[in-house]
Amino acid sequence: MLTLRVRPCPVAALSPGKKEGRRENSLSSTAGGQTLRKTALNAMHRRTAAKMVDFGGWDMPVEYPSSGGLVKEHLAVRTGVGIFDVSHMGDILIRGPQALDAVQWISMNDASRLQEGQAHYSALLYPEGTFVDDVIVHKLGQNDYLLVINAGTREKDYGWVKKNVGRFRCHADDVGDYYTQIAIQGPKAETTLQKLTTVNLAEIKNYWFKHGTVCGLPNTLIARTGYTAEDGFEIYVPSDVATSERVWNEVLEAGKEFGLVPCGLGARNTLRLEGKMALYGHEISDTINVWEAALDRFCKMEKPDFIGRAALEKAKAQGLKRILVGLEAVDRGIPRDGYKVFDAAGAEIGYVTSGSPAPYLKKNIALAYVPPSQSEVGHEVFVEIRGQKVKCKVVPTPFYKRAKK
Amino acid sequence: MAYPKDYKYTKEHEWIQIKGNTALVGITDHAQESLGDIVFVELPKGGAQLQQGKSFGTVESVKAVSELYAPASGKVTEINDSLNQGPEAINKDAHSAWMIKIELSNPKEADMLMSAEDYEKYVAEEK
Repeated sequence: MLTLRVRPCPVAALSPGKKEGRRENSLSSTAGGQTLRKTALNAMHRRTAAKMVDFGGWDMPVEYPSSGGLVKEHLAVRTGVGIFDVSHMGDILIRGPQALDAVQWISMNDASRLQEGQAHYSALLYPEGTFVDDVIVHKLGQNDYLLVINAGTREKDYGWVKKNVGRFRCHADDVGDYYTQIAIQGPKAETTLQKLTTVNLAEIKNYWFKHGTVCGLPNTLIARTGYTAEDGFEIYVPSDVATSERVWNEVLEAGKEFGLVPCGLGARNTLRLEGKMALYGHEISDTINVWEAALDRFCKMEKPDFIGRAALEKAKAQGLKRILVGLEAVDRGIPRDGYKVFDAAGAEIGYVTSGSPAPYLKKNIALAYVPPSQSEVGHEVFVEIRGQKVKCKVVPTPFYKRAKK
Repeated sequence: MAYPKDYKYTKEHEWIQIKGNTALVGITDHAQESLGDIVFVELPKGGAQLQQGKSFGTVESVKAVSELYAPASGKVTEINDSLNQGPEAINKDAHSAWMIKIELSNPKEADMLMSAEDYEKYVAEEK
């Protein structure tokens, strides 16, 4: 099944959300094995002749040659619109009189600040202040929260949530299998989706959501969220094959005039990397804490106590040993996941968590952990690429920021 | 895309076009298709000695790094420098985008490689 022999270079887009970062052969055109899970759109992807890979135990499209491949897909999202099947993401509902207390206890952002119809980025932490996973918390109602979690960590997250909300009067339910989650992303996402819904999308602010009719399906969750650093929406529709395929096709049709293309996990990875959005198993993991990952602004130390808080307080007092920075290759070469980082004197100082050519920025970029003393913008470091030390410099992040409307 | 009949092919998806004692080397259409958008090639310097089956460079797409394996032994006499600036030429036409020219040290080695017909079958089985 393997085609070209691939160096053992874990490719971000293809690594499952596990800390070991299983090393896939990204060139295999079929994802073998009986145990892979499938989304309701799997047959659709295969009919479209997408290149499929094993992503965290899911048989997922990495790119669509019919769309023109990864770079075209990436650019479509930056300049027009793209559609992604992200049904492999997990969903946990937390409901009950003490749902807010439970969410506050298990996540680091301050959920009491959320209004109904609002969402925010947050994370589930271990007592050590390291990551179980990062999540988007949606406040559906007064006692009703939806957590959207990563594919590769679904079972782990659910087990962990279940265990830790036990002392609150609430229920945690894994509802991931009930939904097909489709992301419509890009500057033309609103115009595309508007054709298919009665909800006035212009009224939905970034990281807010509404329920409304989409493709004739009443009470559909429409969230202005995404993982591309671009404007866009994520919709949650029933996960039966017929409905899922119908919605997918209607979005394809609606976006046709804007050059909409189906996009795979490859483009999803390069898009999120340009926007410096963390990927579990790369920038965040059970050995990396919140301060190191530079996610301070999503961690509210002043809110009521939460799991990991005490350790984070201690870690802050002790000072950081490493911090996540953005790198840009100055010399020729592509820094990739796992490559080592050296200082000018030749000492090993850190490693790359995600690295890739950036299709829109047309640069070779990376996120890496380095000591705070070497994290200043403009500072020169060296990434070892196949035995050669390639000069890189620390640059401001996010690498890409979309223009405000 | 058709695989030229006068080329020979490796299991690692390189092609070699032999003319007398010299040969051009590249990667196959199947390889470029599997890799996706090619953004980087790293080739040996002129004069480098290649050994059949050993790595002589790398080719990178956005999402993957792959090694290049020499289809035959010999000395590198020319590099296709244009690929440094425009590696996407390999995606456009893999069978004309040669990477290196070599002077064969043992032309008989080519007998161990696949014909176009065998290679096509090999690729079909791999899929």
